[in-house]
Amino acid sequence: MTIEELRQIAETERAVQKKYPHRVHVCTAASCLSCGSGEVREALQREVAESGMRNEVLVKGVGCMGLCSAGPLVGVETEGRFYANVKPQDAPELLRHLDTGSETLETCPPGMPFFERQTRIVLENSGRIDPERIEDYIANQGYVALVTAITELTPHEIVAQIIASGLRGRGGAGYPTGLKWSTVAKTGEQEKYVICNADEGDPGAFMDRAVMESDPHRVLEGMIIAAYAVGAQKGFIYVRAEYPLAMQRLKIAIRQAERLGLLGSNICHTRFSFHLDLRLGGGAFVCGEETALIASVEGQRGMPRPRPPYPAEEGLWGCPTLINNVETFANVAPILRHGPQWFAAIGTEKSKGTKVFALAGRVNHNGLIEVPMGIRLHEIIYEIGGGIPEGKRFKAVQTGGPSGGCIPESQIDSPVDYESLAKIGSIMGSGGMIVMDETSCMVDVAKYFMEFCMSESCGKCIPCRAGTQQMYQLLEKITAGEATDADLALLEELCELLKNTSLCGLGQSAPNPVVTTLRYFREEYDAHIGGRGCAAGVCKATGKKADKQELPA
Amino acid sequence: MFMQTYLAPLAPPSADKRWKTVEATARRYGREPHALIETLHTVQETFGYLNESALRFVAAALRVPLSRVYGVATFYHFFTLKPNGKHSCVVCTGTACYIKGAAGLLAAIEKSRGIKQGETTADNELSLITARCLGSCALAPAAVLDGAVIGKVGPEELVTRIQKEISP
Repeated sequence: MTIEELRQIAETERAVQKKYPHRVHVCTAASCLSCGSGEVREALQREVAESGMRNEVLVKGVGCMGLCSAGPLVGVETEGRFYANVKPQDAPELLRHLDTGSETLETCPPGMPFFERQTRIVLENSGRIDPERIEDYIANQGYVALVTAITELTPHEIVAQIIASGLRGRGGAGYPTGLKWSTVAKTGEQEKYVICNADEGDPGAFMDRAVMESDPHRVLEGMIIAAYAVGAQKGFIYVRAEYPLAMQRLKIAIRQAERLGLLGSNICHTRFSFHLDLRLGGGAFVCGEETALIASVEGQRGMPRPRPPYPAEEGLWGCPTLINNVETFANVAPILRHGPQWFAAIGTEKSKGTKVFALAGRVNHNGLIEVPMGIRLHEIIYEIGGGIPEGKRFKAVQTGGPSGGCIPESQIDSPVDYESLAKIGSIMGSGGMIVMDETSCMVDVAKYFMEFCMSESCGKCIPCRAGTQQMYQLLEKITAGEATDADLALLEELCELLKNTSLCGLGQSAPNPVVTTLRYFREEYDAHIGGRGCAAGVCKATGKKADKQELPA
Repeated sequence: MFMQTYLAPLAPPSADKRWKTVEATARRYGREPHALIETLHTVQETFGYLNESALRFVAAALRVPLSRVYGVATFYHFFTLKPNGKHSCVVCTGTACYIKGAAGLLAAIEKSRGIKQGETTADNELSLITARCLGSCALAPAAVLDGAVIGKVGPEELVTRIQKEISP
């Protein structure tokens, strides 16, 4: 493959698509598919064929459009209109009014902040291209960065560009990506691996899944460039077993890339070869930790080991291994295409670029959003998310899943970047963002996450294995209204202990939901303990029951 | 002597043709021990669960100790050592579903069918399973009934759907 051949494929594909005066996009990502978008697509195609519009209307299955709660979504690309909650029987009406727009069908209002307020880099093709056709990706600048990088740049120059861009790991911890790449690159000429961490285990997070389902080639392109830059010959994508559609689309993408000589032996007729394989996870949250993930790829129980040595020096089968998250790899091609300065201009001083969030919970617009770093939390919740439904009061927003924290209303003006979120006790995490209103009890939420960490603890180190159990029991006691102040003191002590002595990130960050709820919602803990019960009415603790217990004493 | 028992029994546990699929996965990875999880996935996909003879067969096919196979099979939540009922209902208990009422869904099924999460009804009709997160958070609360995702579902609706699925 040369840059000229790539241009030809792109031009042919663009010409084919331009032939149609109307292009109708149907979302075929997992969320819309589960609402029946597959049937909608078939109905539209049938209607087009029956009404003789075959040369006028192109019905295309595309990736996630973002507003998952209003699915199935259909977009009329040529007119810039979105229809929500489309049913198969709506097909004739929709196709009759392609120019003017239907008045009876539900549409998303034009200029809706949910779409307008986003900055799309990772998701630029998502909802626009057919994820199962490599030609469509190439027609949208796909693989240009790869072919240019391999034929014109040295590995050293690529690493330098990634460093200059200021890109940081999107898996949660925010380690500088360029630094990681250069560490692996510096290990000299030997067997090396590149692994894509697609084990999106956080409950409430579905960003990586959407990227893989909507634009799988973008992930492959990032990985191949990374492999060239660090000198790796083999790579793995470690996908959750719960994501069969993502798996299937990645498989198709790998086959297509291999057929065009963009993956496999002698890529672009050079000496560089890179082979890619998929690995299916087994539903263990701890496998998101890089050393546990490596153990799992090796076919073992996913248990972490102490670091150092870091995987960048000693990883898969003892070889230097580069592990990055799906979203991190998805950022690579745009950075090389537009230059590191362009990327570094977006975001804040220390957190560059954009971040994809899965916005869900008690908020009007649920779905996938991509925003520049540094955006305020209230902009995300009230402008993009459209506020809290049913006139309820906002209580907290949870970021970072079981390793993150609950952010209260008083901190809602805080900017979203790695440092600011850490300052208020939470973490950026992989991008799950769950909004909660007054119907949620924060002690109960802390208990929920502790239960999660307890059952997901791999059992290797004692602080995590026994500590999460103890903390869960204390929280159980509090929510039942049977706890004392001494229990609360013990809970706080255990928070410190787990944080300081656990082996891996799971145990070290497991107390975070408890720590943040204690910091911002202490009155709720006090109410449960002091006999005033659970204000949200979620827990067993009721005012009366606690009173009765106090009487004999 | 030890090596012989360790390598010998490569014949599938039964004449069932589905073992060929399992064999194929093991072969595709050159019977390397690192293919253990992949091979177990194939077994579960074709047979629905992992029983003892399957674990023994995989151990022999990949030349790994049975203890390691058992360790891996019990470590990962995705693998199950018991067969499921004829129908299965997976209730998502991810954060978004949790705050939007996943507990209510579980309670409704428990009440109508008399089974708790992880259990199968006595008549082997329904298994109730929970998932950590299905990734369908925008459709919370969500459940999967025999492979089909049902989003924004209420307790009563889910119970009716289950009834329809079992006796249409």
